[in-house]
Amino acid sequence: MCGIIGVIDRTRERMDGTGIRAALSEMNERGSGEGAGYAAYGAFPDFRDYYAIHIFFDNLHETKPRVEEELSKWGVIEYDEAIPTYEQASLRKVHIPWRFFFRPDPHLMPRSITPEDDVVMHLVMKVNTTIPGALVFASGKNVAVFKASGWPDEVADFYRIQDYKGYLWMGHNRYPTNTPGWWGGAHPFNLLNWSVVHNGEITSYGTNRRYIESYGYQCTMYTDTEVVAYLFDLLVRRHGLSIETAVKALAPPFWDEIDRMPEKEREIFRAIRLAYGSALMNGPFAIVVANEESMVGFTDRIKLRPLVYGVKGNRLYISSEEAAIRTMEPDVEEITMPKAGEPIIGRYVA
Amino acid sequence: MTIGSVPLRYKISVDHDQCMLCGRCVENCPYGVFRTEKDRIHVNSRVCVACHRCIAMCPRDAISLAERPVDYRSHPLWTPQVRESIYNQARTGKIILSGMGNAQDYPVIFDRLVLDACQVTNPSIDPLREPMELRTYIGKKPSILRFRKENGETVLETRLSPNLMLETPIMIGHMSYGAISLNAQQSLARAVKKIGTYMGTGEGGLHESLYLYQDRMIVQVASGRFGVDIDYLERGSAIEIKIGQGAKPGIGGHLPGEKVCADVSCTRMIPMGSDAISPAPHHDIYSIEDLKQLVRGLKEATEWEKPVFVKIAAVHNSAAIAAGIARSGADAVVIDGFRGGTGAAPRVFRDHVGIPIEAAIASVDAKLRTQGIRNEVSVIASGGIRESADVAKIIALGADAVYIGTAALVAMGCRVCGTCYRGLCPWGIATQRPDLVARLNPDMASVNVENLLYAWTLELSELMGAAGINSIESLRGNRDRLRGYLLDQGIMNVLDVKPVGA
Repeated sequence: MCGIIGVIDRTRERMDGTGIRAALSEMNERGSGEGAGYAAYGAFPDFRDYYAIHIFFDNLHETKPRVEEELSKWGVIEYDEAIPTYEQASLRKVHIPWRFFFRPDPHLMPRSITPEDDVVMHLVMKVNTTIPGALVFASGKNVAVFKASGWPDEVADFYRIQDYKGYLWMGHNRYPTNTPGWWGGAHPFNLLNWSVVHNGEITSYGTNRRYIESYGYQCTMYTDTEVVAYLFDLLVRRHGLSIETAVKALAPPFWDEIDRMPEKEREIFRAIRLAYGSALMNGPFAIVVANEESMVGFTDRIKLRPLVYGVKGNRLYISSEEAAIRTMEPDVEEITMPKAGEPIIGRYVA
Repeated sequence: MTIGSVPLRYKISVDHDQCMLCGRCVENCPYGVFRTEKDRIHVNSRVCVACHRCIAMCPRDAISLAERPVDYRSHPLWTPQVRESIYNQARTGKIILSGMGNAQDYPVIFDRLVLDACQVTNPSIDPLREPMELRTYIGKKPSILRFRKENGETVLETRLSPNLMLETPIMIGHMSYGAISLNAQQSLARAVKKIGTYMGTGEGGLHESLYLYQDRMIVQVASGRFGVDIDYLERGSAIEIKIGQGAKPGIGGHLPGEKVCADVSCTRMIPMGSDAISPAPHHDIYSIEDLKQLVRGLKEATEWEKPVFVKIAAVHNSAAIAAGIARSGADAVVIDGFRGGTGAAPRVFRDHVGIPIEAAIASVDAKLRTQGIRNEVSVIASGGIRESADVAKIIALGADAVYIGTAALVAMGCRVCGTCYRGLCPWGIATQRPDLVARLNPDMASVNVENLLYAWTLELSELMGAAGINSIESLRGNRDRLRGYLLDQGIMNVLDVKPVGA
């Protein structure tokens, strides 16, 4: 169980966090009060060109200087601040959330075609594996992530997400089984501009992890969801696949179906399954993945988790529950249930 | 008489009250255990090999067999086998021959690994109601796909290498015509064709009567090059270069002249009655770059249309060797574990050289992944795969598919007596004597093999469904779904699995 929701405005008109807070709380039936989180794209217009590196610190005097030292080796910290939080009766502040606006030095990754991203990815993996007491939980440009252990309304109020505006929002109401109470285990998971909210369990995690780790990603969050972010980063950013093709690699059609396709299409899908067999995600899941330009929702190949979408004007809503969408947008049109494995994509239109 | 006779290994007794003197035991035993004298069956237990043919054929269940009825004084170090080897060698001064797989009492890693199943947080999948995909492709896969847009249409730029398509990740390994009978090969061939998988020819050429099944045959090129010509290469669906074999790593093969009948001689392209001795190394492969030339040579000869496999025995350094093979242009690497069977091998090799397939596959898969070349080759595991659970476990450790050998023979009646090298197999499997070969009816034996492959495939589907997996590629290398039960930490590190409860 878990409840997920995402909304994108394709003209990049920004919304504050009030709506998604109410929508996510509508799905409390799907959570347990031990984890909730939000992501907002377009939240830092003043720092839009800087990577917003979000870190949970266990303490500031020991770990923060080590992180700053590491960041300074690879670029410049333009500005940093404690992420403003507001005490809640039932939410205990176990970490100190912090954000750095960072500009990496592209010359330090000479062989990369996306050197800035690769510097930041390297830093994320480095900090998370070598600096105890510091966890990077977001690292995108102009993307804010808010998460903690608590009910959706508590977490929203703890960060006052109504003070932030974004053209794309995602939310997650968690029912943890693996790492209850751990803030790092709450969704959304983020790497660079990729954010993921996920309801389900990935039974192919071992295969996916071994695959992604051979490309230099390191799984540090003790949960299966982070591989989704890494897989999208690998397939879309590094391999240059379209989002549609990436989804088809993660949740491909069955061979029976492929065998019946016209020849050209059949060849494409056969190639996808051969090349990306280790990226195929098995097990029950409904996932919403976003980057700065688009948001995509899809389920596993036999749809063992619910997912619906709705449209209103320029906005696309994707969620586990119709009720959540209707809470956010009572006048929503065309509530639809996508087929298993079929991607629902919302894109920014310039 | 320095040594004298040693205790009987097996003792055959006939219950004369039950016996109806039908004489089937006399007819069926090629080793000469039984004879009829004065309306009574007499036995010479000393020549018995425990092949169970007489027991299986007796209509009255009148025959019983006891193992080591008179044994030596027990001793943990000086086992009966050790003592008998010494007596044999003291008498003959020769290397001791043996058949089948490793008979030493090493722990079986498979039996110390347990599989996972779903409960509550994720649903198990019912293969009777939901699709379950076991289709497996063997061959080189691209690591990255390139597409381009052409008139708004997506076009695939990446070219795929030839792959074999298997409907189940179980193939039948290389057992040559010569080592086994034509009827045995016929039976295996019909079964793989029916199931949609493949089998190996072994280093014995391809007999004419198997041309019908050539699209299901992986033809082997081994160090003796027996049976190899361009026609043979072109008939196969894939070509396998055999460097080594799990039952006897580091040495060649030996088919005794007695097994080289007219038909075998034609198929192998060697004189009738001559011993077929494959050298230990290929005489044109003295390093990895030579292997690369042979791989390319074979591909060039067959128009780059067939995948080329390279088979090695699982030895200490097989991970690095496999990485070398992956770079040679080969499409699949076969790792043959130290429990792999054989028609004939020196016992000292069969029992003491090589490593278990479980550890070898784990380290090969890990090495290929670290070097980023896992997609360059498929990994085929063989040597000691006994049941569907072994298939699931070895795939979870990183193999793409398996070869089975002994299990397929057992499905045709083999009792694992381990006397294949004598050429007198009473089940018509490991023999060329026409009267014995005739005992194996391909119409029936092929159904038995087909049943076995089908049953394992069903069990594999159920195991995957229980683990919440509906596609074999999600089981491959999924070591999270394995746990080690009473395995030591060193082995668990190699296998990269956690202990039970963790």
